[in-house]
Amino acid sequence: MSLLTVEDVWKNYHHHSVLRGIDLEVAPHEVVCLIGASGSGKSTLLRCVNLLESIDDGAIHLDGTEITDVRTDPDDVRKRIGMVFQSYNLFPHMTVLDNVTLAPRKVHRVRPDQAEAEARELLARFGLADKAGEYPDRLSGGQQQRVAIVRSLATQPRLLLLDEVTSALDPTLVTEVLSVIRELKDAGMTMIIATHEMGFARDIADAVCFLEGGVLLEHGSPEQIFTAPEHPRTREFLQRVLEAGRL
Amino acid sequence: MTGGEASPGAPTPSDDSAASAAPDASGHPAAPAAASAVHAAPAEWTKSDRQIRREADLRRQARRSTSVATASTIVVAVLVVALVTASPGWPRVRETFFNPSQFVDAFPDVWRGFLLNVKIFLIAEPLILIVGLVVALVRTLRSPVFFPLRAAAVFYTDVFRGIPTILLIYLVGFGIPALALQGAPSDPVTLGIIALVLSYGAYVAEVFRSGIESVHPSQRAAARSLALSHGQTMRYVVVPQAVRRVIPPLLNDFVSLQKDTALVAVLGPLEALRQASIHASSTFNYTPYLCAALLFIALTVPMARLTDHLAARTTRRQMAGGHL
Repeated sequence: MSLLTVEDVWKNYHHHSVLRGIDLEVAPHEVVCLIGASGSGKSTLLRCVNLLESIDDGAIHLDGTEITDVRTDPDDVRKRIGMVFQSYNLFPHMTVLDNVTLAPRKVHRVRPDQAEAEARELLARFGLADKAGEYPDRLSGGQQQRVAIVRSLATQPRLLLLDEVTSALDPTLVTEVLSVIRELKDAGMTMIIATHEMGFARDIADAVCFLEGGVLLEHGSPEQIFTAPEHPRTREFLQRVLEAGRL
Repeated sequence: MTGGEASPGAPTPSDDSAASAAPDASGHPAAPAAASAVHAAPAEWTKSDRQIRREADLRRQARRSTSVATASTIVVAVLVVALVTASPGWPRVRETFFNPSQFVDAFPDVWRGFLLNVKIFLIAEPLILIVGLVVALVRTLRSPVFFPLRAAAVFYTDVFRGIPTILLIYLVGFGIPALALQGAPSDPVTLGIIALVLSYGAYVAEVFRSGIESVHPSQRAAARSLALSHGQTMRYVVVPQAVRRVIPPLLNDFVSLQKDTALVAVLGPLEALRQASIHASSTFNYTPYLCAALLFIALTVPMARLTDHLAARTTRRQMAGGHL
């Protein structure tokens, strides 16, 4: 059974549809990469799955229950979904450790000493053990993004949403973040990744979705999408990416 | 955060621009301006002759600016004093406003009154902070259930920011006792504090609200994505950042409140202004007012300097790209 089912989801902003009937299934331990130009709806789709945006039609199911039901408590859903943002969005007034333990302590009611021990273990796993006491603005972009990933992992989500997590990074820092994501895949984490890193998507994804103008135009294996795209728009997009030297 | 405080010209080995400028620093004694030097390991930085000359020039310029400023200040001060003391009414003004014996006579009473001003301030200020923060937080509630509360908060800020503080002191000070309610306060100091809290609470609520709104929505999105509730998001993520940002404008309101405690005088308690006017009306000499003014200045100036200092520090940190 699939972990996440997105069923004919529509999202409008001021009479303009940014998602136009999206269908998507994500199986447990599957890694799905969303590709497409900026404004194609990748980020909006992720925000809808996390209920940060309400949808205007369709339904989203997580673990077999409809999370877009108006009676659902969004906080219950978000407890099971982690999200990492393009601009890290770490809390600047808290140390790295406090950033990571905030949700476990306040939302999941984990004892502070236990939350801290678990956070330190996670930070150590991603090479951030010595940064626990630092404030975010003392870290490099790559380190901040790794902390943001650790923060979203600290609540042991069933599903992780990554929204262009390397787009704000200096090219030399991209690899350290991508290797973290690769490690998460090896650990069996289910992920939906909106990305402009085509090489990475090709390498890590179990399935790739191409979005344009709020429509999911093509959904297939990375080999199929990147070597023999069926849809002419997909071919065009990949051609442009190739010309820009990003593939 | 640390690099921003370095004075210009001081060696900052950790600074990126200094490090990257080192290899091609022409005129640098240790690094000849040959193309091959680009690939050589950057040598330890020693100040070049050019930089030493530049710093000497800067010091000379600074000295010249200081002397010009000093000279112009002295000239203006002398002119003002000359103009005032040469005016036909000066002997009379000196007698009625700057009378040393009147000053000494009035000072103990005015000082005692002034302690009441300080007391009013110390009681009102924490209450104002609480009222302001609560009203600002109520205005952030989005659920339709809270519409009445939100409307009440908007009404409160609109009304109490619109009424002149002295008018509000009259209304509360004479209105509440006139209601003759059981248990309603009748002590003028208490009534004065209530009026000040109502008035300043509305201002401070707006200050807090602007601080809350200045926290980027992505911070809220991050907190909500971690399943923090609206209340937890406010409590742990938004308000701590908002409060740090509004400390300078809040202190500015404190300075203003310190002197507005004198407005409570209209209700009759024996605070500094009231004491001064009692003295003034019995002697027909206004020196006691000067006495009260000096005490208020002595209280507000340190606060104003602290405000400036904090505001400057905030600007510096923002320019350095820091968050706190």
